[in-house]
Amino acid sequence: MALLALATVTTILAELVLGPVAVPLGDVFSAVVGQADQATTAILVQIRLPRVLTGIAVGAALALGGAAMQGVLRNPLADPGLIGITGGASLGAVLVLVLGDVLFSGVPDVLRPYLLPLAAFLGAVFVTAFIFTLARRGGTLSVATLILAGVAVNAVAGAFIGAMTFISDDEQLRSLTFWSMGALGGANWTLVIICCAVVTLTSILMLRYARDLDLFQIGERAAFHAGLDVERAKLRLGLLTALSVGTVTAAAGPIGFIGLVAPHMARLILGPAHRLLLPGSALIGVVMVMSADLAIRLSVPPAEPPIGIATSLIGGPFFLWLLLTGLKRGRIGA
Amino acid sequence: MLEASGVSVRYGNRLALDNVNLTVRGGELVVVCGPNGAGKSTLLAALTGDARLVAGDVQLAGHSLSGQSPADLALGRAVLEQSPNLSVAFTVAELASLGLPQEISPADAAALTQDVLTRLDLHAFRHRPVPELSGGERHRVHLARVLVQLEAGRRLGRGHALFLDEPTASLDIAHQVTVMRQALHFARRGVGVFVVLHDLNLASAFADRIVLLSAGLIAADGSPSDVLTAAQLGQIYGISFTAEPGPMNRPRVIPDYHLRQEVADIAWRNERLSTGR
Repeated sequence: MALLALATVTTILAELVLGPVAVPLGDVFSAVVGQADQATTAILVQIRLPRVLTGIAVGAALALGGAAMQGVLRNPLADPGLIGITGGASLGAVLVLVLGDVLFSGVPDVLRPYLLPLAAFLGAVFVTAFIFTLARRGGTLSVATLILAGVAVNAVAGAFIGAMTFISDDEQLRSLTFWSMGALGGANWTLVIICCAVVTLTSILMLRYARDLDLFQIGERAAFHAGLDVERAKLRLGLLTALSVGTVTAAAGPIGFIGLVAPHMARLILGPAHRLLLPGSALIGVVMVMSADLAIRLSVPPAEPPIGIATSLIGGPFFLWLLLTGLKRGRIGA
Repeated sequence: MLEASGVSVRYGNRLALDNVNLTVRGGELVVVCGPNGAGKSTLLAALTGDARLVAGDVQLAGHSLSGQSPADLALGRAVLEQSPNLSVAFTVAELASLGLPQEISPADAAALTQDVLTRLDLHAFRHRPVPELSGGERHRVHLARVLVQLEAGRRLGRGHALFLDEPTASLDIAHQVTVMRQALHFARRGVGVFVVLHDLNLASAFADRIVLLSAGLIAADGSPSDVLTAAQLGQIYGISFTAEPGPMNRPRVIPDYHLRQEVADIAWRNERLSTGR
């Protein structure tokens, strides 16, 4: 755990220091105390810092959301993407990107930049609420219903996104494509602050559910017998996940693999007990997002390609490797 | 201690339990038997606060189960499910301490868990991941988890009842006896123990009282020698039984398989096959 924390701090500092213009570590500290020159301060405050903060929020939110969903659904493949939260967020964002000018022509220019993230966030919340309502009709929230509803929602969202792509013009198509690949650099300061506040709050609340998530692992009936209010825990964890994942998807687009891989890695390193697994996942999520962003930015300077490409490129094979070595040692599954 | 009065449970339009009255006193080991679909698991669910009652009430230590929070219920009673399972690789100690209530101090919790693990011969395994254990050992760890929860409840002045739903179904005969001995151990210390069993002879050997369920109704309720009669069992299970008197007034029950006739049939068929006719 200490090593994880160290890795997290290191990657965060590297993300601040490295880039098209290298800012030595000393200058970073000077900037903190207000003694650096204007250009350096500008780079740090206007470009690097929002990027780092967005990255931390994205990493922590996706990893915790993934850990929570995997825990509640007792399914190592469950992540926020699977149950449709990301799909809902994407649909909201794409609607704004393509139809924004038509639908929101009355919105003052000052508020324009917020439309995209707001729509993505609302999409995520709407989908989560819809799925939970649908799944709750039978009285208890069945895992199978939830996942299947997620599949259906993703399909519908995909169809709408396809239709939007079809009717969009060249410029819209470009921004749509970039947003949907995920990027940390797109967020402005207001959005970064909202994002960090929401993720900090939801993360602290989620960490309190470690024991509940442990109990989910013996099955819902047994968890109830052991004293867990199963329905309430599910509802709250679902809402916390929707809130945090929706917010970061709004800020940075749909970024894949973090919610799936980070909890897996945490489980391999720290074991399955959520008291360690949750904070461990969050740290690994941050490390993953930071490294992915660094790798992709440094590979083709000064261009800043979307981070989603990197997370999938690094996350996919790494996940496979973990899976294979983990299977050999018998730590995955049961 | 545990008192069910006029309890009815409905699944769809089928009445799974029909106006059942049952009392389990503290210190008593009650075994429920009956054919598949008789309502044994439903009765267990009703008594543990896990089923919605369409009529009646269940009280544990003088308090109705309805309206109690899951955490409150868990202090009052512990339940071993029919086929307990685990989706991740917790260690034996982690799984065993999973049911500990938050009210218990960490030191007490550790001591309690160690105590139960030792009693179930699991202490040496405490750091092993549960999925690496054999089926019987895994089942014993789940039993340990339930007993730790019950002990913790007792430590907090509760822990009135223990429920075991077919706890011996997947176990060899030695492990079956281990489980029933634990059940008896708690009964003798004042806990009301309620066990669902298919094995009539195991029931006969360990039960203070046997309840025979049939089609959602209590068909018989009494001591093993009162309940396990050939006539009664034949009527409920639809096959004929021989009940022999056993030690300590606990009958041995043997289903009459009409073995002689079947063996004769097989011998006759084999003979025909070998002579090629």
